[in-house]
Amino acid sequence: MIDPVGIEKGVELFRKRSVKWTITLTGLCVLLFLAMMLSLSRGALDISFMGLLDILFGGGTDIENRVVWQLRFPRVVMAMFVGAGLAVSGVAMQGLFRNPMASPFILGLSSGAAFGAALAMVFGITLLPGYLAIPSMAFAFCLLTLFIVYNIARVGGRVPVETLLLAGIAVGAFFSALVNLMTYLAGEELQGIVFWMMGDLTQFGWENIYIVIPMVLIGATIVMYYSRDLNAMMLGDNHAQNLGIEVAKVRIHLLVACAMATAAAVAFVGIIGFVGLVIPHVMRLIVGPDHRILVPTSIFAGAIFLILADVLARWVLAPQVLPIGIITALIGAPYFVYLLRRRRKEVGW
Amino acid sequence: MIMEIDDVSFDYAGKPVLDSVRFRVRKGEVLGILGPNGSGKTTLLKIMNRNLSPKTGSIMVEDMDIAKITKREIAQSMAVVPQGSEINFAFTVADIVLMGRMPSLDRFQMESDDDLRIVWNAMQRTKVDHLADRPINQVSGGERQRAIIARALAQVPRIILMDEPTLHLDVNHQLEVLYLVHGLSREQGLTVIIVSHDLSLVARYCDKMILIHDHAIEAAGKVEDVLTEENMRKVFNIEAHLDYDERIGRHVVSVIRPCR
Repeated sequence: MIDPVGIEKGVELFRKRSVKWTITLTGLCVLLFLAMMLSLSRGALDISFMGLLDILFGGGTDIENRVVWQLRFPRVVMAMFVGAGLAVSGVAMQGLFRNPMASPFILGLSSGAAFGAALAMVFGITLLPGYLAIPSMAFAFCLLTLFIVYNIARVGGRVPVETLLLAGIAVGAFFSALVNLMTYLAGEELQGIVFWMMGDLTQFGWENIYIVIPMVLIGATIVMYYSRDLNAMMLGDNHAQNLGIEVAKVRIHLLVACAMATAAAVAFVGIIGFVGLVIPHVMRLIVGPDHRILVPTSIFAGAIFLILADVLARWVLAPQVLPIGIITALIGAPYFVYLLRRRRKEVGW
Repeated sequence: MIMEIDDVSFDYAGKPVLDSVRFRVRKGEVLGILGPNGSGKTTLLKIMNRNLSPKTGSIMVEDMDIAKITKREIAQSMAVVPQGSEINFAFTVADIVLMGRMPSLDRFQMESDDDLRIVWNAMQRTKVDHLADRPINQVSGGERQRAIIARALAQVPRIILMDEPTLHLDVNHQLEVLYLVHGLSREQGLTVIIVSHDLSLVARYCDKMILIHDHAIEAAGKVEDVLTEENMRKVFNIEAHLDYDERIGRHVVSVIRPCR
């Protein structure tokens, strides 16, 4: 019954997979680098690749240095971490809810975080002082939204697609309306908030980036830490428990990680939709459902996608800069419809 | 004793489901837990695996109280094959079986070649190795069930707990799976606990059995002592008797008719 040659062939099959994983990750690293280079060199002042290299290593004119280091570089870094944060939050939520339609935007988390952030911006209501004021409120309301949506959607221990989407849409719409109300009441001095609601990569400084980076890193680290558990949890809670996973504990840790990453993404650049939905899906088509590879590739792909979306936002109506949320929605929403149409067929969900 | 269930009771919202159940399982035996639907046997299985906590009583696995050890430690000694469950996404069969190594691996530790050999060996034993890179949502119910059994074997457990193991299997695969675990109990001292409502299955493959009726143990012991005509009439409401078939050296149940 046992065939040793077969066993060695089987072992070979597994080895091939880890080679494939390494290649994919390396490829994404290269793509991320290229996207960053592209974003740094394109804009009102186009810079050639060689010129950019020169600037990066200390050369170039004063103007070129100002444009690259002070205008574009912060945008690239912010886009990278916001994209990564939204993607890692999306991939974790899709696994947790065993549901391909889950994402921070669709489930209303982004709106909830935006509401918390707006409370801090408009009324000065805060949990923590200083630079942490806005992100801490975003985080708190993100958690609150998650809790509300999850409890509305749960039907006897299960979370069906339909109720999850509807609960997310309802709660998200409610928080969006509250933010709009605040914007309306706040009057003209807070026009900036309108752009921020559309997802805007213009109104932040390094002091904000320094807060976003650790929050996204913490969220991503937690999700990576539990990536193997997520695999088992996708088979169902009983399977996961039988494989030795403390399901309740892992779920809570992952939800906090999602809220952390989403709040970081929303706090300073506003609501950028569909990244958390589309990116994990595309990566699942490419690398399969194993979270040990799906999570890191989604993080990279999210970063790349948002950097490129930002390039588009600056290019389409140049010299005007579009809010980046418009770009991601124009790309993401049709893809979402497409997913709904072919759900459960080839994607494997 | 590899497993001791002591005075276990459970109720759902005041409605009793199990009433002071107590029994012991010896290493290497094949034990059947038999009872009609709704008798409480599935709840008992969930309690034995600590998917549920009992209201009273305790479960000892290899002299450890399962309420006091981690799920991971439980999974290292006991594997569970749940009832055929739907899996809706494209993990390959090999991925699923590979998950059986999870309880033995540290976090971030990649599977070693030895782990992969264990996995492949389990897949060969349940005859799913040819399906290794097929998505689990594109194989038949029986193939999926065999993959789950392979995953349980890949845990290299001392105890394997099976819930209605033959539900989705064709008759040839039923035989193969049960021969397989029966053989492992004889050769390697694997303890097998099968929860089922299938009289013939339990009569044929189990060394000992427990008959559950109305949330409590009705009878326990050797198959021929438990499956008496009187017990089968009382618990299953059928006229039936147990024969010993010399051609296969096993007990078989002949069902005659339902009771009036």
